[in-house]
Amino acid sequence: MLTGLTLTQARAGLAARKFSARELAQAHLDAITRLNPGLNAYITVLPEADVLASADAADARYAAGTAGIMDGLPIGVKDLFCTKGVRTTAASKMLADFVPPYESTVTANLLGAGAVFLGKTNLDEFAMGSANMSSAFGPTTNPWKRKGDDTTALVPGGSSGGSSAAVAAGLALAATGTDTGGSIRQPAAYCGIVGLKPTYGRCSRWGTIAFASSLDQAGPMTRSVADAGLMLEAMAGFDAKDSTSSNRAVPAFHKAVGKSVKGLRVGIPAEYRAPGLPADVLAMWEQGIAWLKAAGCEVVDVSLPHTRYGLTTYYIIAPAECSSNLARYDGIRFGMRKDAPSLDGVYEATRAAGFGQEVRNRILMGTYVLSAGYYDAYYLKAQKVRTLIKRDFEQAFETVDVLLTPTAPSAAFAQGENMDDPVQMYLNDIFTVPASMAGVPALSVPVGLNETGLPLGLQVIGRHFDEETVLSIGGALEAAAGFTHIPSVHAGAGA
Amino acid sequence: MSLDLATTRRIAKLARIGLEENELEATRQKLNGILGWIDQLAEVDVTGVPPMVGTETETLRQREDKVTDGNCRNALLACAPETSGPFYTVPKVVE
Repeated sequence: MLTGLTLTQARAGLAARKFSARELAQAHLDAITRLNPGLNAYITVLPEADVLASADAADARYAAGTAGIMDGLPIGVKDLFCTKGVRTTAASKMLADFVPPYESTVTANLLGAGAVFLGKTNLDEFAMGSANMSSAFGPTTNPWKRKGDDTTALVPGGSSGGSSAAVAAGLALAATGTDTGGSIRQPAAYCGIVGLKPTYGRCSRWGTIAFASSLDQAGPMTRSVADAGLMLEAMAGFDAKDSTSSNRAVPAFHKAVGKSVKGLRVGIPAEYRAPGLPADVLAMWEQGIAWLKAAGCEVVDVSLPHTRYGLTTYYIIAPAECSSNLARYDGIRFGMRKDAPSLDGVYEATRAAGFGQEVRNRILMGTYVLSAGYYDAYYLKAQKVRTLIKRDFEQAFETVDVLLTPTAPSAAFAQGENMDDPVQMYLNDIFTVPASMAGVPALSVPVGLNETGLPLGLQVIGRHFDEETVLSIGGALEAAAGFTHIPSVHAGAGA
Repeated sequence: MSLDLATTRRIAKLARIGLEENELEATRQKLNGILGWIDQLAEVDVTGVPPMVGTETETLRQREDKVTDGNCRNALLACAPETSGPFYTVPKVVE
């Protein structure tokens, strides 16, 4: 089944000429035609002729012996990465007709490695959300269903929910995501796939539509931990066009998977045992601890005392940066325009019509915390607390190599739940936000199903620029868990 | 701190988001709910703690002050909702 392969398996099959890149691409296009109307994982599917032409070029490179590390591998691209000549919407009415005249660095790197793009995946509007419910192009549906309940549509998580649903359902071998407070890891956990948020600075932000620039980081969403390493190798690297891009060398990340984890010290942060944490999540965490002990890791209790302030700090800093970044949507230079008699009127009418409610609220919140009289009380205070959160991690990493936590406080919830109270929705990111605030790398690995048959993920957090140890531990969890379940909606089922 | 309607109207103006009068109260309530939750930060002692700017893993660089890209006027203008010749258009701002 070509739509059920890992990147690593597909790469080997292509190299051995067991199947062609064209066959692989065609199988995915067919699966998208069949399943995307129900899942809404893609906002834009590329024209078949273009996809097949890229695949043919990849086949030619295999024949010539010049194939790159992602050559011929069909993937989805979150519709937040600018793609030259291909509509890029950020799931917003504001950019419904925006066709970028340039290619983002991350997608250019992937194209350079030979990847075949299938289309642009759905997301929360401007990546602001945890359920993919705020997309102006309609929500994405999780391909997983609760056991015995085929009718309740569940959320795929967010904001990279189209990417996670596409990878889980066999509509792409892998996909790009972006993570500002958990937007790669939480949807990966909800859809039973692997998601890696690299260290801030690993992947260039250039050409990725900005939400909160001190937090935004691109990363891979895949079916295996080794795949996440492989794809990150293609995505990462220094870029002079992003002033916060790191110029450290990009290691062969995939080689870290399978390395012995014997003797590594794994921290279990006490503060993540949040009151009210569901029993199934807690049990899966205990299971993960037992697996790592069995693999020879030393498990150590640690404390990250400022954990409980992670989310509140995030909901000051992220909206503040969002309000600055989204000031560019003025109705003049690109995107939507609503006419009005005055210039201010054009701005106000355009921004009221172009932004959905969640985006508007975040811009307003950000404007408030940055405004005269409130800046010190909110924004400056949050930046100082952020320092304390980062110090918590640095202190923990003096004694341990990685931290192990649940990725999210629950499995996927139903569409429409958590919609009335924004704070309830924000709590989905309680375990993912602190690592974003500190800028450290974090990986979500699917490890099992709960009682209702839905996947749960565990999160491995590492030191700055130490994705390799994170991937080694993730590989050990993956090997112990042996997670091979596939969702009820899948390209390989009922074909 | 809690938001009143006048402040909500003022921040909507600052953000250049044209809220209808009947949307203001619902917006005020949503933002107030979030602010009430955020206020727990008040209990954190940050005496002597420096603010964190970015993630501080790399030092910012400066590049040479020269054009690295350019001659793409038409490609950029093609993104605009309305143009006139080689110009963006805006409503008349000077009488």
